[in-house]
Formats: sequence, structure tokens, C-alpha cells
Amino acid sequence: MTRVAGLGLVLLAVVTAIAGPWLIAVDPSALDLSMRLEPPTAGHPLGFDELGRDVLARLVMGARISLFVGLTVVGVSATVGTTIGAVAGYAGGVVDEVTGRVMDILLAFPGILLAIAIVAVLGPSLTNVVLALVIIGWVTYARLVRGLVLKVKELEYVQAARAIGAPGRRVLIRHVVPAVLSSVTVQATLGMAGAIIAEASLSFLGLGVQPPTPSWGTMLDAGRSHLFEAPHLTIFPGLAIALLVLGFTFAGDALRDRLDPRLSGWSG
Amino acid sequence: MLSYVARRVLLTVPVLLGVATLVFGLIHAVPGDPAQAMLGESASSGDLAELRSRLGLDQPLGVQYRDFLVGLVRGDLGTSFRYGTPVSAEIGQRLARTAQLAIAAMAVAVLMAVPLGVLGALFRGRAIDQAAMTVSLVGICMPNFWLGPLLAIVFAVELGWLPVSGTGSIWHLVLPAVTLGAALAAILARMTRASLIDELRELYVVAARARGLSVGRTVVRHALRNSLIPVVTILGLQLGAVLTGTIITETIFSWPGVGRLLIQAISFRDYPLVQGCILFISVTYVGMNLIVDLAYAWLDPRIRYQ
Repeated sequence: MTRVAGLGLVLLAVVTAIAGPWLIAVDPSALDLSMRLEPPTAGHPLGFDELGRDVLARLVMGARISLFVGLTVVGVSATVGTTIGAVAGYAGGVVDEVTGRVMDILLAFPGILLAIAIVAVLGPSLTNVVLALVIIGWVTYARLVRGLVLKVKELEYVQAARAIGAPGRRVLIRHVVPAVLSSVTVQATLGMAGAIIAEASLSFLGLGVQPPTPSWGTMLDAGRSHLFEAPHLTIFPGLAIALLVLGFTFAGDALRDRLDPRLSGWSG
Repeated sequence: MLSYVARRVLLTVPVLLGVATLVFGLIHAVPGDPAQAMLGESASSGDLAELRSRLGLDQPLGVQYRDFLVGLVRGDLGTSFRYGTPVSAEIGQRLARTAQLAIAAMAVAVLMAVPLGVLGALFRGRAIDQAAMTVSLVGICMPNFWLGPLLAIVFAVELGWLPVSGTGSIWHLVLPAVTLGAALAAILARMTRASLIDELRELYVVAARARGLSVGRTVVRHALRNSLIPVVTILGLQLGAVLTGTIITETIFSWPGVGRLLIQAISFRDYPLVQGCILFISVTYVGMNLIVDLAYAWLDPRIRYQ
């Protein structure tokens, strides 16, 4: 049940992000000050914002931003983290020690605080948000992969590959890394929810996507000044974030049940 | 135990040094000239030179780093560019408010979570259980920057029961504390439920019931107390999340704590204050994790020998 709901919500967001602008023939940037803060109507089911822009059209564009940030952050973090974690776990020794200490320091920071610090220094923008979230994001994957590689490299088939003289790089890429990719996929799906929340948090604080680009976090921030006269500006963007996060969480849980070797009796 | 404490404290030193170095490096990674960024494009060269000198930016990087570390050891976090006062004083003024909010949020979380978890465990698989777990799932998925404004719409705007922001009375604390504590409550409720279900299967619970104790008395006097041990563990692990959660919650409700100070400092490009707030929150986070670890080692001797 939750699996279907999760996949359904994620699919809905993806379809909305891709096809939405063609389905909704309203310009998300078009201003109409006469409709400022107007509540939902039949023609504009989510109402208008503080500048008279259509909230539904902006939510649809915001879905693109959220999914873009999620996919980019997760894609880059997972690639970087998997590479570093795999090399550290397989090589051991000094390489493992050094990456271990760097990871300890990054993990000693509360994640969102480090992202805030990075964006505060580099300046608020979509690119800097992605950069900040990658800098804090890769550690999770590196730690996960390092731990798994330490187990996998002791398995017989890996030792056999080494015994017949396969070079270390080939063993790592062809035999070790494929064995950990299912866990990375599960973590990446759950990581989408985290990245979307983090982007929305930073944008809500004024440190992320800058107006007039429609981001769900920025829309929530703008709605905060109009709680009394236009609660719809707060309700709809928040609902969109919560549903998408719920979707990725359910989808991640479902994937974990199917793919995670630790849950299917694989001892490693 | 003493050697464990010493080892654990010693392990914290390189982490703290790394955190301090990272924050120092970040602030010095400001693109272009930090003095220019603070004063703006129209600043005169004289003003820029004076600010650079005041911030020590005219010194070699190595000297700046040494002065920074020496200052930290003395508790000197520099001077706020905007307020002209020591950063430590600015943080000190707001510290009590952040602590008040964090403690209230944890109290709210426990008060919401335990009854929900107990109901879920006692009525496992029934409508009450499903309702309790749905409420907790909603709590987990609702970001606090949405929950806060929603609570404000319902309880401040529509019902007029509570103030929408600011400080002054205990009522001002309610919405921020619930906003900050909700996600924690959701996690704790699930933990309480799972832990109590396990505990209710234990023989001593069956024995208590066989001796004629009522369900309520058995749960409250016996099973619940034991089932709360993992709940307390989770509470300790979530302290950091509560601490960083104050940044958004304080911003939503204009609560004058350290988190809001940080966001204001960022908007004014007051880099010494930004640096001080980030360091303060990070060091508090590391310190709290240390205390939680030491508390576990004290409670569970097996940890000391790992």
C-alpha cells in the first residue's frame, strides 16, 4: 500500500514537473496586481500570491526546482561518496585513515548548519545550494559504501579474483562496487527526500533559490507575511513539499525491503 | 570509567579543531574581499582599509589562523561588525532563549509521544493504533517550516488563542515549542510503541497480570518504565536535530535566540557574528554528543570496554 502510494506521489511530481507547464496555460511570472492575494477560484484553484501570480503555475515550476535539486544533489553526492568510500574501504591504511578523519569532522557538524555556512559565504543561489548540499551529502554515501566494501572485499569471490592476479582497480570496479550499488540506490531514494527538504529550508530562510524563480521554500517564506489575509500561500506549497517527501520516503522504504541485502538474509 | 572519559574527551579535541579550521576556512573563502562584501560596493578605500585592519584581514593567513585559535581558547569570538560588541556577548544574550525553546520542545515531544506510543501498543493493529501511527507519520513528514505557519494560522489567526510571534509570556513559547518538538514526538511515539510491544511480551508482565494487576497498573508501574530506556536513547541522539531545528523555528516565530541571530547576521553580512554563531552551535552539538556518549557509558558498562 505504502509502496504504491510512494511511487504514485513521486510519479505525479515527475509528470507535473515535465508536462505541467504545457498542461497549465498560465505564465507563472505573469503579474496581475488586481488579483493580489486572492483566494482560490474555479479558474485558479490555488489562488494568487502577493504579486497576483497564479499559485498553481508557480507550484508546478517549483516542482522542477525541487526535483532538479534532489536529483543533482543525490546524483553527485552518491557518485562522489561511493567513489571515495569504495577506495577508502578497499585500500585501507593511510587513505582510509585520512578520509575517515575528514568524514568525522564533516559529521561533527549538524548538516543543515554547514549548508547554511557554505551558502552564507558563497551567497544565496540555486547553484550554491546544490554545492552546499553535495558538500554535506557525499559523507553519508562514503560511510555507507566504506562499511559495505570492508565486508565485500573479504568475500570468497573477491579474494578469488585477487588470487588469479586481477589488478586492484579492476577488482574494485568489476566485483566490489556492483555488490554495494543496491544499498546506495536505497540510500539515494531516501536522500531525495532529505535534499528536497534541505533546499526548501534554505530557500525558506532566504539563502536558497532567489525570487522571482518559484521554489516551494521561497513561496512558503513569502506566505509567512500574509498568514492573516492569505493562508493559501502557506498551505499549498507546504502540502506539495510534504507529499513529495512522503512519496520518496515510502518509495525508499519499499526499495529497501526489496533491494537491501541486509534485510533479505544476505550476511555479507 | 575514568579512562573511557579521558579517551572520549581526547577524541573530541581533533574534531573541535577540525570544526574550527573548517569555519575559519569557510569565512576566508568569501569570494573577493570580505570587507568589500560587508561594506558594499560604494565603500571608500579608507573605510575598507580600516575594516580590514579591524578584522585582522591585513595579516598573513597563518597569523590570522593562529590569532583565531588563541581567541577561541580564551572565549573571544571577535567583534560583531553590525553591533560593535563582542560576538560572545551577543550570543550570551540570546542563549537562554534558545535553551528555553529547546527544553520546551523536548518536553512537548515527550508529553505527546508517550501517550501516543502507549495507545498504539495497547491497541495494536486496531483503529486507535492506526490513528496514532498516522499522526506520528504526519509529524515526521511535515517540515517544521510548514508546520509552524500552519499552527499559527489555526491557533493564532483563526482561533486567536495564542500569540503569533515574539516573547513575553509562557503562551509565546507554545507554538514554537510544538513546531520544534513535533518531529521528535513522531519519532519517539513510534519508538515507545515498538519498545512497549516488546516489553508487554516479557514474562514479568504476564506474571504481574496473573497476580491480578490491572492492565493500566501493569503498564504504568512495570512495562512502561523499562520500555522507556530506548526512548531516552533516541531522545539523546536527537538533541542535535533539536538544536539545529531552533534556527528555522526561531526565524518563523521571531524568537530572539541564537538561531535567529545567525540568520540576521547572514543577511547583514556580519561575518564575525556568522562565524561565532556557527562555531557556537557546532561546539554545543559536539559537546552534547559527548555528554550523551558519556551518559551511555555510565549507564551501560559494556560501552566502556568496546
